[in-house]
Amino acid sequence: MGWTGGYVLLALLLAPYLRKFGKFTVPEFIGDRYYSKAARIVAVICLILASVTYVIGQMKGIGVAFSRFLETSYNTGLFIGMGIVFIYAVLGGMKGITYTQIAQYVVLIFAYTVPAVFISLNLTDNPFPQLGLGATVGENTYLLDRLDQVVTDLGFKQYTTQTMGGQLNMLAYTLSLMIGTAGLPHVIIRFFTVPKVKDARLSAGWALVFIAILYTTAPSVASMARLNLMQTVQPGEVGAADGNLKYEERPQWMKNWEKTGLLEFEDKNGDGRIQYYDDTNPEFAAKAESYGWAGNEMVKVDKDIMVLANPEIAKLPNWVIALVVAGGLAAALSTAAGLLLAISSAVSHDLLKGVFKPDISEKDELKAGRISMVGAILLSGYFGINPPDFAAGTVAIAFGLAASSIFPALMLGIFYKPMNREGAIAGMVAGISVTLFYVFQHKGIMFIQDTAFLGSLEPNWFFGITPNAFGAVGAIVNFLVACVVCKMTAPPPSQVQDLVENIRVPKGSSGPVADH
Amino acid sequence: MDQQKNPENSNPASRQQEYWRRNVRIMQGLLVVWFLVSFGCGILWVEPLNKIQLGGFKLGFWFAQQGSIYVFVVLIFLYVRLMNNLDREFGVEE
Repeated sequence: MGWTGGYVLLALLLAPYLRKFGKFTVPEFIGDRYYSKAARIVAVICLILASVTYVIGQMKGIGVAFSRFLETSYNTGLFIGMGIVFIYAVLGGMKGITYTQIAQYVVLIFAYTVPAVFISLNLTDNPFPQLGLGATVGENTYLLDRLDQVVTDLGFKQYTTQTMGGQLNMLAYTLSLMIGTAGLPHVIIRFFTVPKVKDARLSAGWALVFIAILYTTAPSVASMARLNLMQTVQPGEVGAADGNLKYEERPQWMKNWEKTGLLEFEDKNGDGRIQYYDDTNPEFAAKAESYGWAGNEMVKVDKDIMVLANPEIAKLPNWVIALVVAGGLAAALSTAAGLLLAISSAVSHDLLKGVFKPDISEKDELKAGRISMVGAILLSGYFGINPPDFAAGTVAIAFGLAASSIFPALMLGIFYKPMNREGAIAGMVAGISVTLFYVFQHKGIMFIQDTAFLGSLEPNWFFGITPNAFGAVGAIVNFLVACVVCKMTAPPPSQVQDLVENIRVPKGSSGPVADH
Repeated sequence: MDQQKNPENSNPASRQQEYWRRNVRIMQGLLVVWFLVSFGCGILWVEPLNKIQLGGFKLGFWFAQQGSIYVFVVLIFLYVRLMNNLDREFGVEE
């Protein structure tokens, strides 16, 4: 919901106006709107921080896919993935990225929806996973009711009502994802290149249609996967001596994933069977003991494998499994490439050409862009070895960083004419610092776990808000600081106020504005 | 379209103000719906809504996973339509 909701903000609040402005990058807009090279540099730094974090998340996903596909360890998979991204983004050139992305979206949607249709048909006889999720399995039981039953029988929380942290955390998390989506450079950049303001509005709509297909399918499939997984490990009655899967008889997909090190078992009670239950639930502990269970034996289930393991768990044919791997890779590669493009244009176009070396030749600009891509790949690969969270979690942190820095500066720039240079810079710096500080104190400085001086412990969370959701708080800090500083400093010059007036009206975006 | 026959005669600055005011009003209306559906139905009122069963879904769960997304799509296309009409009315389309 978070990511799709962001497109509404993008379409209504940013896309048409940034298109009217008619330059190429986000820092360029911020630099012109706030009549300041310093603002542009700050925007570049924020953009790079958010994008590199995002690429770390993608690298994690790419590493998982390659490790499974080539049956190697996760680290080897990651290194191979880095190589592919390098070839793809750096050698492929910039134009290639834009064109292949369209093809990739098509591949992605196919690769994701085809297996989903099979999984849904298998379980519910309904080909649409969105509807299948609400259909019945077997006689008269709804799929979701069955799922709730199965997980609670094993001590887990009820599936349909579980929330991450409290309600406040959910609000913050969703808000952070939404405004982060609207602040991410590789998403915004799409709307700079459409021919008209009208098209900028409409293309956000079409983009959302495709994304909506994915994001309504994904949670449906996730629920079905959970049900399939539970029923694989616990085919019989809970507590019965032969209720659990024999380790020796485990299906091939488990063996495959064990090789990658992302799935691990440990026969704690030595009965040769696998018990998968919530051993942190005190209410279930007595029951588990009476069954002779000695703890959860699926000691490691990396969340990122579920997307890829899903069709295998559902026993779908091999070609479907291949399709999912292809789709997952296409998604991660295209996103990583888009981000790398944003990073490289921020460095070459905004930092070098815009600020430090305005007379740079086109060739050198291109070269600088490529070098910065390589740097970003190496950096994110390094962090990908010990990612701060599973792929989606890392990406959420990236959204938080974008949410707390870029989105407020853009929005205030368009909707609040008196906003000035000092306010915007102070806001961006404050917003991203607060967010980064909070993430680092819980996840480690530069994500190195031992340096997390407050630990990832819940009692240390600010109002129970997780680091992944903190971008929302960062954004509020950004808005407040920007407005306070703005009130205390000089208003922007009149030509900037004219610029704001100008971007608010669609007319005259194609050529230079001469009709004033 | 013909309500303003001579746009050159009316004050262009105040017309631009009016255009912007109408634009902001459209935006606010749509964002209120956006908020109610996502944060309201999907998170804040999820518990009472979950007491209502829609086929195999608890209603709050359905809003959080699917309903809100469908509404988002409708919102953007509605925005495109309303803004195109507004652009035409004020003669500021490209």
